[in-house]
Amino acid sequence: MLIIKNLHAAINGKEILKGIDLTVKPGEVHAIMGPNGSGKSTLSSVLAGNPAFEVTDGSVEFYGKDLLAMSPEDRSHEGIFLSFQYPVEIPGVSMVNFMRAAINAQRKYRNEEPLSATDFLKMMREKRAIVELDNKLAGRSVNEGFSGGEKKRNEIFQMAMLQPRLSILDETDSGLDIDALRIVSQGVNQLKSDQNATIVITHYQRLLDYIAPDFVHVLYKGRIVKSGGPELALELEEKGYEWIKKEVDD
Amino acid sequence: MNNAARQYIDLLQENRALFDEHAAPVLNALRDEALTALKQNGLPDKSREEFLHTDVSQFFVPDYGVNAARVNRVNNPQEIFRCDVPDLKSRLFLLAGDTLCPTPQPRQLPHGVIACSLREAALTHPDLVARHYGQAARLDDGTTALNTALAQDGFFLYVPQNTTIEEPLQLVNIMHGKQDFMAVRRLLIVLEAGAQVRLLSCDHTLDKGKFLVSQVAEIFIGENAVFDYYDLEESTLETRRVSSAFIHQAAGSNVLVNGITLHNGCTRNNYYVSLDGEGAETRLCGMAVADKRQVIDNYTFIDHRAPQCTSNELFKYVLDDMATGVFNGRILVRQGAQKTSAMQTNRNLCSTKEAHIYTQPQLEIYADDVKCSHGATVGQLDNNALFYMRSRGIPEAEARTLLRVAFTHDVIDMVRIEELKERLRQLVEKRFRGTLDKCAGCRICQ
Repeated sequence: MLIIKNLHAAINGKEILKGIDLTVKPGEVHAIMGPNGSGKSTLSSVLAGNPAFEVTDGSVEFYGKDLLAMSPEDRSHEGIFLSFQYPVEIPGVSMVNFMRAAINAQRKYRNEEPLSATDFLKMMREKRAIVELDNKLAGRSVNEGFSGGEKKRNEIFQMAMLQPRLSILDETDSGLDIDALRIVSQGVNQLKSDQNATIVITHYQRLLDYIAPDFVHVLYKGRIVKSGGPELALELEEKGYEWIKKEVDD
Repeated sequence: MNNAARQYIDLLQENRALFDEHAAPVLNALRDEALTALKQNGLPDKSREEFLHTDVSQFFVPDYGVNAARVNRVNNPQEIFRCDVPDLKSRLFLLAGDTLCPTPQPRQLPHGVIACSLREAALTHPDLVARHYGQAARLDDGTTALNTALAQDGFFLYVPQNTTIEEPLQLVNIMHGKQDFMAVRRLLIVLEAGAQVRLLSCDHTLDKGKFLVSQVAEIFIGENAVFDYYDLEESTLETRRVSSAFIHQAAGSNVLVNGITLHNGCTRNNYYVSLDGEGAETRLCGMAVADKRQVIDNYTFIDHRAPQCTSNELFKYVLDDMATGVFNGRILVRQGAQKTSAMQTNRNLCSTKEAHIYTQPQLEIYADDVKCSHGATVGQLDNNALFYMRSRGIPEAEARTLLRVAFTHDVIDMVRIEELKERLRQLVEKRFRGTLDKCAGCRICQ
């Protein structure tokens, strides 16, 4: 579904991604690990279309379409979902209005009628249950006053609502206590099928105990320097990143 | 004195008998003093600090007609206007220019309440009107002097002690007519101690011509009385509006003023709030949405004259295209006004390089035991929020609209009438979507 070739990207003239190659097929879970500052979050931002980043070289194909040519909203409509490392607070925009705008935009893109108010609220209720998100939170402004754990649960709730084909979870485990981590991971696993794929970006192996990856990639200095199976994550947990850095830098 | 004032001075001097003949003696009694003040000061241009960014005298330059002889222009106002706040059970009063049109009043007002045209009140209750008329308005501002010199009518409201009017009063001011004209409108509102009233005043322009609205509102709020004043403008690009509200608050009173400019041409609003008695509380807020070449200039002056008063001020502007916004917020804490709490916030969104906002907080504090703060921000929409919404599939234009509506939500949240709050949210959203370019409530527009 996703073919990334020689992807280069920069922010404010500074090149962060220096040639990423990655192929993701339906049903797969890829973990991207790496030390701080290696470009993990940049990769997720670029895939979602954050205008702050400039793609300087390479290509990204999503189901045969040129992803880089699409607006962020069209990428979403095509089935890309980014769970933000730092979900944004939007005072004054209620979760309900936010989700309704998102769902109806998606339906419009697919030439479907807008959901009726009843169907929409029913959908909200069902998906909320997946991540045990309180009804009160749904009535509040987007992420405003949410705790760290609530924000991340809210991300997975939105993922459940939008039913993406490719989910990118950017450091979804950061700032989560063990209970929230369990709820979030269960939610992700519940949404997994052989039709969709997940890219899990994380610094630690911890999350991968809950969300089992098929492939593990190590990102360092803007390149994927090592790929392997789940055992690579365990090796990293044990030995840290130093040996890989050494391998690359030498 | 600048030339703009000249034509009005001449008009009054040449037609003095006509003005007096069609107005009550209480109003006529102030014309000379006002005329002298107008001759002295002229109409304000940018040479006065309070008018630094808007040459208000220019509003008055065109030769507008003044309906001094009270020719009836509106035959059946209800045919052209109906209230557009669904589910709002209000008492409707309709002013065409400055003339109160008869509207059905299905329920009786509480005993002792007087709600009628200013002219009628000045004839039937001359002492009551004379005790208040012209007592709050400051003639040193030429626009108020001009209004006082020419005023013949308007709206009068008197609410006796400890009387509550449950339903909101809605005063709909329409500018309607085939010729260009100027309305000189006067509002006089008196709440005795313990009275409670909510007033929604809406300015609408129904026709395409050039109109000038000159409005002066004098509002006297007695001890522990509670008053809401929603001052809404939804007019046309060709409309000029100069409005001054002079509010006096006695001890323990509570006033909410919410001035909302949804659509306009050029507008100057002055809000003077005088906290005269201990423990009085005021919330003065407002918002403005402007694009094209619209101009909105809000001047506020809160005068803390007594101890333990609270003022809370919040103004928000959303400016697009080549629009200009001005916010000047003066707060004076006089000596002896100890334990004052005065907060002022002005936040602005400027969407283009050509849109301008001038914001000027002006705090003068002569007491030493007070809590005062002010803050002003100017910015654009939050790019992080914008990207977050787009990443969820919300198209950019829609995301911008939602964020702009969200920006104004705390001003609308101040509204203490639920139905109006809901309606305002819709109107603001419509405004941002560009579908509010005419008044929704009138039949000729539909």
